[in-house]
Amino acid sequence: MRDMLKMIIVLTALCLCSGGLLASIQTSTKEQIANQVLTFVKGPAINSILPNAENDPITDRFELKDGDDTRTFFVGVVEGEPRVVTLETFGKGYGGDVGLMVGIDVKDNVLKGVGVTTHAETPGMGARAKSDPGFAAQFAGLPIDGKIAVTGDGGSINAISGATITSRACSNAATEAVEIYKALQPQIDEKLNSFKK
Amino acid sequence: MAKPLAQEFLKGLWDEVPPFRLVLGLCPVLAVTKSVENGLGMGMATTFVLVCSNILVSLLRNVIPSKVRIACFIVIIATFVTVVEFVMQAYAYKLFQTLGIFIPLIVVNCIVLGRAEAFASKNGLVRSTLDGLSIGIGFTLSLAALAAVRELLGTGGLTIWGDMAFNIFGPSYPAFSFMIEAPGAFVALGLMLCVMNLAGNK
Repeated sequence: MRDMLKMIIVLTALCLCSGGLLASIQTSTKEQIANQVLTFVKGPAINSILPNAENDPITDRFELKDGDDTRTFFVGVVEGEPRVVTLETFGKGYGGDVGLMVGIDVKDNVLKGVGVTTHAETPGMGARAKSDPGFAAQFAGLPIDGKIAVTGDGGSINAISGATITSRACSNAATEAVEIYKALQPQIDEKLNSFKK
Repeated sequence: MAKPLAQEFLKGLWDEVPPFRLVLGLCPVLAVTKSVENGLGMGMATTFVLVCSNILVSLLRNVIPSKVRIACFIVIIATFVTVVEFVMQAYAYKLFQTLGIFIPLIVVNCIVLGRAEAFASKNGLVRSTLDGLSIGIGFTLSLAALAAVRELLGTGGLTIWGDMAFNIFGPSYPAFSFMIEAPGAFVALGLMLCVMNLAGNK
């Protein structure tokens, strides 16, 4: 009985200390990690969407409340106007969530482009959504009022061969981004105007 | 009975060098040694975990009930591995991206648990710290050595750390890319073991 009690106490105390330590480290590194993710994960995707941006979309960002979520929007200034808004959404892929950065041209109401951020898809198959620029390029120029889907689902996106689920995840994520944009359009327009020079 | 402290420290560098003498913890050894930088990064992460867990296990060795000792060791090791993961993510994101899944897998690296169970739970603080350092440095050097062989043959150059990359054989070197693929890791490890054994038999 005494042994049993000791085991329980020691393990509980150890786990408590461990939890406390990790929680404090997580809090203190949180901001730095978010910065690193911006530079190394979201940054490249944003830059692939906005190669000719006249500003730095990573610094020119704003946040809006969407229901219970807070979403971050990155602003791209093209041809002297803040006309591209970029946001990250997630679609259900084969190996978990596929993160997709979606740029929307608010002046022409078309997709400016998309770029995969995080994923756990099969290398050489679904992972090509990130490594093959030809796949992402198909999204550029699609009207946001039209259907964004793979050809099998009645859309115009050619799925990556052998990776229909990943392709569908990207289409769904893009569709979600458009929906979020439409729902928050008045607020987004207002924020975008504040980036006018 | 007790070895001199200096010998305790030196054993991990030759007599008990983990991947080659103990032939333990081969998963990261084979997987991350594509470049010297990855090998060093992985080695340092493992060394940090080894030293910290050895210190803590040694301090708590009289408190931890023997029936739940493995569970306690794993909690301690997992805590430090998660610390490494956070810190690496915050300050060396590139390395974090390349090492990926192998950082959390340090938890199940049998060298770390092995030292906690076989050494730190039976020895004092100073000895356990030295043991962790010694095995850790030995592990780091082994990874770096194996990575150097693979990278040199596979690409003709060496990436030591960050911008310290050298192209040793020059641009006309026909890259033997087999060596940086997974099967090349086995071949390189086998050859290194062979050399170590030859050297040890003298």
